[in-house]
Amino acid sequence: MEELFSTTYPVAQADYVTAGKASADIKRRLKQLGVGGDVLRRVAVASYEVELNLVIHSLGGELTLTVFPDAVQLVSADVGPGIRDLAMAMREGYSTANEEARSLGFGAGMGLPNMKRNADEFDIQSEYGKGTTITMRFRLS
Amino acid sequence: MTIRDMVRILSARVLIGEEKLDTPVYTACCSDLMSDVLAFVDEKTVLITGLTNPHVVRTSEMLDLKCLVFARGKIPTEDILESAEEQGLVVISTKLTAFSTCGMLYEAGLRGVPVPVEWDSKEEK
Repeated sequence: MEELFSTTYPVAQADYVTAGKASADIKRRLKQLGVGGDVLRRVAVASYEVELNLVIHSLGGELTLTVFPDAVQLVSADVGPGIRDLAMAMREGYSTANEEARSLGFGAGMGLPNMKRNADEFDIQSEYGKGTTITMRFRLS
Repeated sequence: MTIRDMVRILSARVLIGEEKLDTPVYTACCSDLMSDVLAFVDEKTVLITGLTNPHVVRTSEMLDLKCLVFARGKIPTEDILESAEEQGLVVISTKLTAFSTCGMLYEAGLRGVPVPVEWDSKEEK
Protein backbone atom coordinates (compact mmCIF):
# COMPACT_ATOMS: atom_id res chain seq x y z
CA MET A 1 0.00 0.00 0.00
CA GLU A 2 1.02 3.56 -0.70
CA GLU A 3 3.32 5.24 1.83
CA LEU A 4 2.10 8.47 3.31
CA PHE A 5 5.27 9.31 5.14
CA SER A 6 8.65 7.80 5.89
CA THR A 7 11.67 8.93 7.84
CA THR A 8 14.83 7.30 9.18
CA TYR A 9 16.69 8.09 12.39
CA PRO A 10 20.30 7.00 12.92
CA VAL A 11 20.85 5.58 16.43
CA ALA A 12 24.37 5.43 17.84
CA GLN A 13 25.79 2.71 20.07
CA ALA A 14 26.00 3.59 23.78
CA ASP A 15 24.51 7.06 23.29
CA TYR A 16 22.60 6.90 26.55
CA VAL A 17 22.09 10.64 26.82
CA THR A 18 20.08 11.19 23.66
CA ALA A 19 18.48 7.73 23.59
CA GLY A 20 14.77 8.22 23.14
CA LYS A 21 15.00 11.36 21.02
CA ALA A 22 14.00 9.49 17.87
CA SER A 23 11.00 7.96 19.63
CA ALA A 24 9.91 11.32 20.99
CA ASP A 25 10.06 12.71 17.45
CA ILE A 26 8.18 9.70 16.06
CA LYS A 27 5.46 10.26 18.62
CA ARG A 28 5.19 13.96 17.75
CA ARG A 29 5.03 13.30 14.01
CA LEU A 30 2.37 10.65 14.37
CA LYS A 31 0.34 12.97 16.56
CA GLN A 32 0.56 15.64 13.86
CA LEU A 33 -0.68 13.07 11.35
CA GLY A 34 -3.72 12.47 13.52
CA VAL A 35 -2.68 9.19 15.12
CA GLY A 36 -3.76 9.12 18.75
CA GLY A 37 -5.02 7.11 21.67
CA ASP A 38 -4.07 3.52 22.25
CA VAL A 39 -2.22 3.05 18.93
CA LEU A 40 -0.04 6.10 19.50
CA ARG A 41 0.87 4.91 22.99
CA ARG A 42 1.71 1.41 21.75
CA VAL A 43 3.88 2.75 18.91
CA ALA A 44 5.63 5.13 21.31
CA VAL A 45 6.42 2.42 23.87
CA ALA A 46 7.63 -0.09 21.25
CA SER A 47 9.66 2.58 19.51
CA TYR A 48 11.35 3.66 22.74
CA GLU A 49 12.10 0.05 23.66
CA VAL A 50 13.62 -0.72 20.27
CA GLU A 51 15.60 2.52 20.25
CA LEU A 52 16.98 1.72 23.71
CA ASN A 53 17.91 -1.75 22.48
CA LEU A 54 19.88 -0.21 19.62
CA VAL A 55 21.73 2.01 22.11
CA ILE A 56 22.31 -0.68 24.73
CA HIS A 57 22.98 -3.77 22.62
CA SER A 58 23.88 -2.88 19.05
CA LEU A 59 26.95 -1.47 17.36
CA GLY A 60 24.66 1.19 15.95
CA GLY A 61 21.81 1.17 13.50
CA GLU A 62 18.76 3.01 12.35
CA LEU A 63 15.11 3.24 13.09
CA THR A 64 12.67 3.82 10.23
CA LEU A 65 9.12 5.01 10.64
CA THR A 66 6.74 4.49 7.73
CA VAL A 67 3.12 5.52 7.79
CA PHE A 68 0.60 3.83 5.51
CA PRO A 69 -3.10 4.72 5.27
CA ASP A 70 -3.99 1.70 7.39
CA ALA A 71 -0.86 1.06 9.47
CA VAL A 72 2.27 2.42 11.12
CA GLN A 73 5.48 0.46 10.58
CA LEU A 74 8.70 0.63 12.59
CA VAL A 75 11.84 -1.08 11.34
CA SER A 76 14.99 -1.25 13.44
CA ALA A 77 18.07 -2.44 11.57
CA ASP A 78 21.51 -2.60 13.16
CA VAL A 79 25.01 -3.39 11.96
CA GLY A 80 25.66 -6.01 14.62
CA PRO A 81 26.51 -7.93 16.62
CA GLY A 82 23.34 -10.01 16.33
CA ILE A 83 21.64 -12.00 19.06
CA ARG A 84 23.34 -15.20 20.19
CA ASP A 85 20.25 -16.88 21.61
CA LEU A 86 17.07 -15.43 20.21
CA ALA A 87 14.72 -17.73 22.12
CA MET A 88 16.29 -16.61 25.42
CA ALA A 89 16.25 -12.95 24.37
CA MET A 90 12.49 -13.16 23.82
CA ARG A 91 11.92 -14.38 27.39
CA GLU A 92 10.76 -11.90 29.99
CA GLY A 93 13.45 -11.25 32.55
CA TYR A 94 16.39 -12.38 30.43
CA SER A 95 18.85 -9.56 29.85
CA THR A 96 22.43 -9.05 28.76
CA ALA A 97 22.35 -5.30 29.44
CA ASN A 98 25.41 -3.71 31.05
CA GLU A 99 25.64 -1.79 34.33
CA GLU A 100 25.22 1.58 32.65
CA ALA A 101 21.88 0.60 31.12
CA ARG A 102 20.75 -0.90 34.43
CA SER A 103 21.69 2.21 36.36
CA LEU A 104 19.33 4.18 34.11
CA GLY A 105 16.44 1.88 34.96
CA PHE A 106 16.65 -0.49 32.02
CA GLY A 107 17.94 -3.98 31.35
CA ALA A 108 15.15 -5.82 33.13
CA GLY A 109 14.73 -8.15 30.19
CA MET A 110 11.35 -6.74 29.23
CA GLY A 111 12.26 -4.97 25.98
CA LEU A 112 11.64 -7.55 23.26
CA PRO A 113 8.60 -9.14 24.94
CA ASN A 114 7.17 -5.67 25.46
CA MET A 115 7.64 -4.76 21.79
CA LYS A 116 5.92 -7.97 20.79
CA ARG A 117 3.03 -7.26 23.15
CA ASN A 118 2.52 -3.73 21.88
CA ALA A 119 2.81 -4.38 18.14
CA ASP A 120 0.05 -5.98 16.09
CA GLU A 121 2.70 -7.75 14.02
CA PHE A 122 6.22 -8.41 15.24
CA ASP A 123 9.08 -10.00 13.34
CA ILE A 124 12.70 -10.38 14.41
CA GLN A 125 15.53 -11.65 12.25
CA SER A 126 18.96 -11.97 13.79
CA GLU A 127 22.20 -13.61 12.85
CA TYR A 128 25.00 -13.65 15.39
CA GLY A 129 28.02 -11.91 13.92
CA LYS A 130 25.89 -9.95 11.46
CA GLY A 131 23.00 -8.03 12.94
CA THR A 132 19.37 -7.81 13.87
CA THR A 133 16.32 -6.46 12.09
CA ILE A 134 13.03 -5.96 13.89
CA THR A 135 9.85 -5.09 11.99
CA MET A 136 6.74 -4.01 13.83
CA ARG A 137 3.36 -3.02 12.42
CA PHE A 138 0.52 -1.28 14.18
CA ARG A 139 -2.91 -1.24 12.58
CA LEU A 140 -4.74 2.06 12.37
CA SER A 141 -8.39 1.34 12.88
CA MET B 1 -8.04 13.34 44.31
CA THR B 2 -6.19 15.97 42.32
CA ILE B 3 -2.48 16.59 41.99
CA ARG B 4 -3.02 19.56 44.31
CA ASP B 5 -4.24 17.13 46.97
CA MET B 6 -1.13 15.02 46.45
CA VAL B 7 1.06 18.10 46.93
CA ARG B 8 -0.73 18.84 50.22
CA ILE B 9 -0.60 15.24 51.49
CA LEU B 10 3.10 14.86 50.66
CA SER B 11 4.10 18.43 51.63
CA ALA B 12 5.64 18.43 48.20
CA ARG B 13 7.33 21.12 46.17
CA VAL B 14 5.89 21.76 42.72
CA LEU B 15 8.79 21.88 40.28
CA ILE B 16 6.86 22.03 37.00
CA GLY B 17 3.21 22.36 36.02
CA GLU B 18 1.72 24.68 38.66
CA GLU B 19 -1.16 25.40 36.25
CA LYS B 20 -2.16 21.74 36.03
CA LEU B 21 -2.55 20.96 39.74
CA ASP B 22 -6.30 20.48 39.43
CA THR B 23 -5.85 17.45 37.16
CA PRO B 24 -7.65 14.49 38.73
CA VAL B 25 -5.64 11.35 39.51
CA TYR B 26 -7.00 7.93 40.40
CA THR B 27 -4.01 5.60 40.27
CA ALA B 28 -0.24 5.58 40.73
CA CYS B 29 2.75 3.32 40.31
CA CYS B 30 6.11 3.33 42.04
CA SER B 31 9.27 2.04 40.41
CA ASP B 32 12.90 2.79 39.69
CA LEU B 33 12.83 0.28 36.90
CA MET B 34 11.72 2.08 33.75
CA SER B 35 11.68 -1.27 31.91
CA ASP B 36 8.87 -2.40 34.17
CA VAL B 37 7.01 0.89 33.90
CA LEU B 38 7.14 0.65 30.11
CA ALA B 39 6.02 -2.95 30.17
CA PHE B 40 3.21 -2.81 32.70
CA VAL B 41 1.72 0.64 32.87
CA ASP B 42 -0.91 1.38 30.30
CA GLU B 43 -2.85 4.26 31.67
CA LYS B 44 -2.27 7.95 32.23
CA THR B 45 -1.15 7.73 35.80
CA VAL B 46 1.31 9.03 38.41
CA LEU B 47 4.87 7.69 38.69
CA ILE B 48 6.65 7.80 42.04
CA THR B 49 10.38 7.23 41.68
CA GLY B 50 13.78 7.89 43.16
CA LEU B 51 15.49 7.89 39.79
CA THR B 52 16.25 11.32 38.34
CA ASN B 53 17.79 10.66 34.92
CA PRO B 54 16.36 11.93 31.59
CA HIS B 55 14.81 8.55 30.88
CA VAL B 56 12.29 8.95 33.67
CA VAL B 57 10.88 11.95 31.83
CA ARG B 58 11.15 10.23 28.46
CA THR B 59 9.36 7.16 29.77
CA SER B 60 6.63 9.46 31.10
CA GLU B 61 6.38 11.09 27.69
CA MET B 62 5.97 7.77 25.88
CA LEU B 63 3.23 6.70 28.29
CA ASP B 64 1.50 10.10 28.55
CA LEU B 65 1.84 10.07 32.33
CA LYS B 66 0.23 12.92 34.28
CA CYS B 67 2.60 13.49 37.14
CA LEU B 68 6.07 12.53 38.29
CA VAL B 69 6.81 12.40 42.02
CA PHE B 70 10.44 12.37 43.09
CA ALA B 71 10.87 10.84 46.52
CA ARG B 72 13.47 11.59 49.21
CA GLY B 73 13.66 15.23 48.17
CA LYS B 74 15.35 14.48 44.89
CA ILE B 75 15.30 17.25 42.33
CA PRO B 76 16.37 16.53 38.75
CA THR B 77 18.66 18.83 36.81
CA GLU B 78 17.36 21.86 34.94
CA ASP B 79 17.53 20.25 31.48
CA ILE B 80 15.44 17.31 32.68
CA LEU B 81 12.86 19.69 34.12
CA GLU B 82 12.81 21.63 30.86
CA SER B 83 11.99 18.54 28.87
CA ALA B 84 9.25 17.71 31.37
CA GLU B 85 7.85 21.19 30.90
CA GLU B 86 7.92 20.84 27.11
CA GLN B 87 5.71 17.79 27.29
CA GLY B 88 3.28 19.28 29.80
CA LEU B 89 4.10 16.97 32.68
CA VAL B 90 3.57 17.96 36.32
CA VAL B 91 6.69 17.30 38.40
CA ILE B 92 6.74 17.42 42.19
CA SER B 93 9.30 16.47 44.82
CA THR B 94 8.63 15.27 48.35
CA LYS B 95 10.99 14.72 51.30
CA LEU B 96 9.24 11.42 52.06
CA THR B 97 10.75 8.11 51.01
CA ALA B 98 9.12 6.23 48.15
CA PHE B 99 7.57 3.82 50.66
CA SER B 100 6.04 6.58 52.76
CA THR B 101 4.91 8.47 49.67
CA CYS B 102 3.01 5.40 48.47
CA GLY B 103 1.58 4.79 51.92
CA MET B 104 0.29 8.31 52.37
CA LEU B 105 -1.28 8.42 48.92
CA TYR B 106 -2.84 4.99 49.34
CA GLU B 107 -4.31 5.99 52.66
CA ALA B 108 -5.82 9.04 50.99
CA GLY B 109 -7.54 6.88 48.38
CA LEU B 110 -5.14 6.57 45.48
CA ARG B 111 -4.82 3.03 44.17
CA GLY B 112 -2.20 1.06 42.25
CA VAL B 113 -2.31 0.80 38.48
CA PRO B 114 -3.95 -2.51 37.62
CA VAL B 115 -1.19 -4.81 36.37
CA PRO B 116 -2.03 -8.28 35.09
CA VAL B 117 0.33 -10.73 36.79
CA GLU B 118 0.32 -14.45 36.24
CA TRP B 119 2.36 -16.93 38.21
CA ASP B 120 4.70 -18.89 36.00
CA SER B 121 4.53 -22.64 36.16
CA LYS B 122 7.24 -24.34 38.26
CA GLU B 123 9.47 -25.21 35.29
CA GLU B 124 9.75 -21.59 34.30
CA LYS B 125 12.44 -19.48 35.97
